[in-house]
Amino acid sequence: MKDVLVNVENLTRIFDVSKPWLNRVIEREEKKTLRAVNDVSLEIRRGETFALVGESGSGKSTIAKMIVGLLGLSQGKIDFDGIDLSQPDGAEMRALRQRYQMIFQDPFASLNPRWRVNKIIAEPLRQFDMESSESDRNRRVEELLELVGMSAKDGVKFPHEFSGGQRQRIAIARALSSNPEFIVCDEPTSALDVSVQAQILNLMRDLQDELGLTYLFISHDLSVVRHMANRIGVLYLGRLVEVADGKELFRNPRHPYTKMLLNAIPDLDMTGRKVAPPDGEIPNPINPPSGCTFHPRCPIATEQCKREIPPIRNSDAGSVVCFEAVCA
Amino acid sequence: MSDTLLSVKNLVVEFPTRRGILTAVDNVSFDLERGEVLGLVGESGAGKSITGSAVIGLIEPPGRIAAGTVHLAGQRIDNLPSEKMRRIRGDKIGMVFQDPLSSLNPLYSVAEQLVETILTHKGISKKQARDRAIELLDEVGIPAADLRIDDYPHQFSGGMRQRVVIALALCADPELIIADEPTTALDVSVQSQIVSVLKKMCSEHGASVILITHDIGVIAEVADRVAVLYSGRMAEIGPVRDVIKHPQHPYTKGLMGSIPTITQEGDRLTQIPGSMPRLTDRPPGCAFAPRCEMAMSACHHSHPSEENVGTARVACHLITKMGAVA
Repeated sequence: MKDVLVNVENLTRIFDVSKPWLNRVIEREEKKTLRAVNDVSLEIRRGETFALVGESGSGKSTIAKMIVGLLGLSQGKIDFDGIDLSQPDGAEMRALRQRYQMIFQDPFASLNPRWRVNKIIAEPLRQFDMESSESDRNRRVEELLELVGMSAKDGVKFPHEFSGGQRQRIAIARALSSNPEFIVCDEPTSALDVSVQAQILNLMRDLQDELGLTYLFISHDLSVVRHMANRIGVLYLGRLVEVADGKELFRNPRHPYTKMLLNAIPDLDMTGRKVAPPDGEIPNPINPPSGCTFHPRCPIATEQCKREIPPIRNSDAGSVVCFEAVCA
Repeated sequence: MSDTLLSVKNLVVEFPTRRGILTAVDNVSFDLERGEVLGLVGESGAGKSITGSAVIGLIEPPGRIAAGTVHLAGQRIDNLPSEKMRRIRGDKIGMVFQDPLSSLNPLYSVAEQLVETILTHKGISKKQARDRAIELLDEVGIPAADLRIDDYPHQFSGGMRQRVVIALALCADPELIIADEPTTALDVSVQSQIVSVLKKMCSEHGASVILITHDIGVIAEVADRVAVLYSGRMAEIGPVRDVIKHPQHPYTKGLMGSIPTITQEGDRLTQIPGSMPRLTDRPPGCAFAPRCEMAMSACHHSHPSEENVGTARVACHLITKMGAVA
């Protein structure tokens, strides 16, 4: 039984990166576009943590922003709990909007420096008219602060009085205040030190168990993703190249890009393994290679890979977009 | 007989502020042998970069080295006049910083920057310098180096730029290279390329390296020894294998447990409660005591001295008391 909470189909986002009209006319240039996200389909099941990994420019954050509605869609469709997010009118949308929230990467930029913490956390409550009276709201804010491991007295302070980890806790409390079911976390720990990162990751897992949350977890750090995710999607140049169960992806990576990423992780266990560092770098997304966009860096690429875009191949273990990968 | 290139003893770096004197680096000592890679790890604000800058005499006033000595190849360098220090930096020390774009001049081609640096330090002709520059770029793995040498920094990608910076640092055949977070701005696949270039270049050129980073994975791949800094003080220093596999200091233990790895089993990460104290309100005893599960009363009152434990040197009262922690 699959209980799908968020269903994304053929999601595409095209950015216009052309020069201004006058320059185009004078320099006789065409319009230029950038496909940041290219035909991505994925399902996020209720109660799971679905992770998206990829290097910079692979489109992870763009997908996150489109799902929460901070960016429009160029093509495709997003269903939340069976409702197409492009359909509902104002009132319906507001009701839906309460059910998903987002946590951002930089806790120094995501909190208003002129607001006290309790005002920050209560903002969604006020927006959605969730608590009737001022005192109810304050009680709820205190509860939330304690839920994320802070003291109820911290509410009267300003964000600058807190460290990065504590600010990220405040951001989590704010995201939780409207009782959402689904939280999009865009690199929630990459601005934090490792020991603080461990606190935040543990907190996020505890909250998931306690409140039955579903996470879309975005990160460039494969070891963090392995720790957090039930299922993982690997992005390369805006395309989803492989989706697999968390442990399975690490035990048995199938797409050559996934293999390359796993190889590039520094070896903390000091097994003394010798690795050949990966070849090349991510190509320019404005002018991507033909066929499979990974072929210039791929050790097993064939002529077919240069010409055609590989189809999605599904199996029990997940899906992989590659002609050559062995689907065992 | 060990061959010590750099010797730092009881280094103290202070910054006067409106609210009194901030001790950013407090009594840090270490030696670096020729050809060795020493990793400096710590969380933000632990004093790793300041230690690096102090070694090469680049502390911005009003900050100053308040105590301690730095010897490079037997010569004391911490009290030299700035002009003399500048010469030593140019001849003997190379630097690689986090952001490759800000360490290259955007208005000059890579060729001009490399050739100028080589000419300043070596008495060779311009033609020879250019050949040397191409050779260096080739060594750091820039494809078609003879064609790309006339490009400007913005024409290179992040990873390629960092390779240029490494080539630039190697121009004068330095004895010491300070690499301050050289891979932090890069993607994982590019990071592992740069790490292997750094490793290769140092062993081929026989340079010693101080590698400053917050990423212990990078240290595990490159360094011979590692020093763990906490709140401006040395917590533990030792061979990288021993420190990572058998950490002695409770902070190092917690730090290793808090890193998610791709092989670990089990769901929860070990977490260290709280966060590193600000330098303005560092506790009187051991700086880690408020977060330490094993803190005793002595930990809150006096700062532990550094003791040798096997191959490592550790600053912890538990070690002093019991000889060694199991």
